[in-house]
Amino acid sequence: MNVTATLIGQLIVFSVLIWFVKAVLWEPIINTLEDRKKRIADGLAASEKGMKEQELAEQRAKDLIKQAKVEAAEIVSQAKARDAQMVQEAKDKAVEEADRVKAGAQAEIDQEVNRAKDSLRSKVSELAVAGASKILGKEVDASTHKSALKDLIEQI
Amino acid sequence: MSESNAPAISSPVEYIQHHLQNMTLSGERPSDLVDFSVFFIDTFLVSLILASIFAFAAWRVSKNIDADKPTGMQNILETVVEFVNQQVQDIFPTADKWVGPLAITIFVWVLFMNAMDFLPVDLLPSLVGGIASVFGYDPRHVYFKSVPTTNLDTTFALALLVFGLIIFYNIKNKGLVGYIKVFLFHPFGKWLMPVNIIMTTIEEVAKPVSLGLRLFGNMFAGELLFLLIALLAFSVWAMPAQVALGTLWGIFHMLVVPLQAFIFMLLTIVYLGLASQGVEEH
Repeated sequence: MNVTATLIGQLIVFSVLIWFVKAVLWEPIINTLEDRKKRIADGLAASEKGMKEQELAEQRAKDLIKQAKVEAAEIVSQAKARDAQMVQEAKDKAVEEADRVKAGAQAEIDQEVNRAKDSLRSKVSELAVAGASKILGKEVDASTHKSALKDLIEQI
Repeated sequence: MSESNAPAISSPVEYIQHHLQNMTLSGERPSDLVDFSVFFIDTFLVSLILASIFAFAAWRVSKNIDADKPTGMQNILETVVEFVNQQVQDIFPTADKWVGPLAITIFVWVLFMNAMDFLPVDLLPSLVGGIASVFGYDPRHVYFKSVPTTNLDTTFALALLVFGLIIFYNIKNKGLVGYIKVFLFHPFGKWLMPVNIIMTTIEEVAKPVSLGLRLFGNMFAGELLFLLIALLAFSVWAMPAQVALGTLWGIFHMLVVPLQAFIFMLLTIVYLGLASQGVEEH
């Protein structure tokens, strides 16, 4: 039970230990604890934010789906209208085409008839001359009966 | 064990005196209450080893500190740091960066030194005596006191540093004039100045003295009681009583050891907190 020089030794050990503990233990651990506290707080805030965002996203998705449905219905009705219109157009076109084809055929027929008539006309005079010469038994000059032949041709 | 117990049975007084004597550097015992020519090796070495263990653990943890996956020792030290920091924040919210390290050093170091009391009272003295006898010394003249806090040097070293810090914080926060004013006008106002000086001086000096003596007294008494219980080994018939008393006192001491460390730490924070208050107006 005495106070001795050990006191000084203990004071030195104590002081050095305080300094060492401050540098090596206290500050790193306090920093770690602070860091962890901050990160937990940040994480919780982030999760809350995420949840809010998810809610918003869900709401937005719902809105989008609703809008999409409306748009789809619109498109369907438009398509239906267009469908009817196209059918009508196709019908019209078909009728027109048919008319056109018919007209063309008609024109061709007429042309053919005319051509037949023409060739008939050119042959008629020859036939008439040949027939007449057979009947008369002598050569008939076509040019002398020009007007009579022309009449004949005209009649066809 | 029977050999080392032999003197206890034959002469209890010698046994206890032997256990209460320190190993000194010069081999001489201190002649006065205060004798700075003597150095207690046992106290110093044990406390230094305990300080080194704490420092080593701290260094190991800080070397690979991991905020995400705390393991083993880091968890323990984090708990202690958090606990001490909580005390500091509660008692002394404006504490500067030194108060926490000071408090945790006091707590852990004193706890370690007190915990040396849990070793059987004869273990280290016998061990050291045995080693000394190998080198040709008489074990009866080799002394070893294994609990550093049963020594006034240790407790007063702690208390004195705290006392120095109390004065430092007082002057830092009140100014030298403010601190002197506390002595002059506290607690009875300016008309009783001489009384104030005496009262405040006693109040201030009582802080380190009570800090040092409280720890010393508790640990010394605890150690002495363990020694007395060890004396019960005088007869086989006293064995049950020795075991029962030793167990009881051991259990009680498990409360005392951390409690004294905690009280020392807490009072240190309280004193420094008080010292850091501004000047009170009377």
